[in-house]
Amino acid sequence: MIAVEQLQISAGAFALNGISFALPAGSYGVLMGRTGVGKTTLLEAICGLRRVHGGRIRLGEDNVTDWPPARRNIGFVPQDAALFPHLKVREQIGFSLAVRKQSTEAIRQRVEEVAGWLGITPLLERPIAGLSGGEAQRVALGRALAFQPRALCLDEPLSALDQDTRESMCELLESVQSRTGVTVLHITHNRAEAERLADCVLDLRDGQLEVRHA
Amino acid sequence: MTRLAGDHAPLSGGDRRFYAVLGLIGGLYVLLLVAMLVADAAYTTPGHLWAALQSPEIQYAIRLSLLSCTLTTLLSLWVAVPLGYLLSRTHFPGRDLVDLIVEIPIVLPPLVVGLSLLILFQTAPGRALEKFLPVTYAIPSVILAQFMVACAFAVRTMRTTFDQLSARPEQVALTLGCGRSQAFWLVAFPAARRGMLAAATLAWARSLGEFGPILVFSGATRFKTEVLSTTVFLELSVGNLEAAVAVSLLMVATAVAALFILRHWGRETALGEPRRS
Repeated sequence: MIAVEQLQISAGAFALNGISFALPAGSYGVLMGRTGVGKTTLLEAICGLRRVHGGRIRLGEDNVTDWPPARRNIGFVPQDAALFPHLKVREQIGFSLAVRKQSTEAIRQRVEEVAGWLGITPLLERPIAGLSGGEAQRVALGRALAFQPRALCLDEPLSALDQDTRESMCELLESVQSRTGVTVLHITHNRAEAERLADCVLDLRDGQLEVRHA
Repeated sequence: MTRLAGDHAPLSGGDRRFYAVLGLIGGLYVLLLVAMLVADAAYTTPGHLWAALQSPEIQYAIRLSLLSCTLTTLLSLWVAVPLGYLLSRTHFPGRDLVDLIVEIPIVLPPLVVGLSLLILFQTAPGRALEKFLPVTYAIPSVILAQFMVACAFAVRTMRTTFDQLSARPEQVALTLGCGRSQAFWLVAFPAARRGMLAAATLAWARSLGEFGPILVFSGATRFKTEVLSTTVFLELSVGNLEAAVAVSLLMVATAVAALFILRHWGRETALGEPRRS
């Protein structure tokens, strides 16, 4: 579960005040709102990448408000995928496991399992230069899933993709969520995408959050 | 006709005149540069070059130049990578001031750098240090004089490198279980290798050409503090123009080689760069 209580964040010119919502464990939340309204800021705060000025962030029973990002165990897929420029696809996906000092064999198994779900097994030995937008997003998703995160935060993962790729990524996200049962918070502009994926729609407008359950 | 960005568009007469004027202005400068080097080359003969290379003084200067430039480059990278990273990624108090201070050697007349170092080592702490490690008019002064200027260029290069690298991958690394130091070593550092190569080449080439601060702070003593730029000066001052030009050509060749290395490696590693989205 991801729960946010009376969260206050200020970033540059705008501020978010008193934001509250709760996503039940295993649900798919979609965060919507116009450009510049603070969606990414909110997502970064949940991931631990941005300081909050008040309120609480809870993951399950844990109050993680002051935890560093590494301890939160949240998988983060930023808008531009932000793959590591010097690593091959296999190393990208295994990165979090290597950081956790897992054995080479355990890493290999997990990387191949995740790559299998995402249909990127043929890409494993490739460098990231030359991956298409859809492939890069899948690799970023695999990288965020490999360490069995307790939540997944996706920042407009489909916005840069063409219609066909977008459709197949939607199916992939649905299948990943039903397979892993991970709680997802997904930012999008696209209403059709939201209606298709969401158990719960969070609409951010003028610093206020409106919550609708599907 | 030159290929232009967004090329294949037909050019009108006016367009051609426009590019002809640009080409003329730029071409004159390029021509002047080439003419300068050709004149150097025409002035000397293989015999002069060979004689210069045989001279023990010049051999010493070559060795000291290679050694001091390499040490200076290592020292500069050692400082420039952390400082460039801090300036690019963090907002510590006084950052703008530090940013300003590290640019000073770039705008300061080189002679003034040398004079300031000389004065610094006349102060009480400076003199105390000299008791353990003689600096002024000794080899360490050559390295320090080169380092003060070269490092500023290296810091600026590394700062620009980290500015151009998105911080996003490092943030992702934090969410994947890294601390700040791991995110630096595992993500930012390998991604910055091309910038480090550029900073190293720049620092090396800059040190090779350093003259003013070395003359003031290290003196120009043969078999002691003589580097290649000092050689050119010494040979010139005794009227041995042939040797001065021969050594100059040696420095030109080295500098051009450094430029080629930079361009070549720069391009090779560029193929491994991510697409900009």
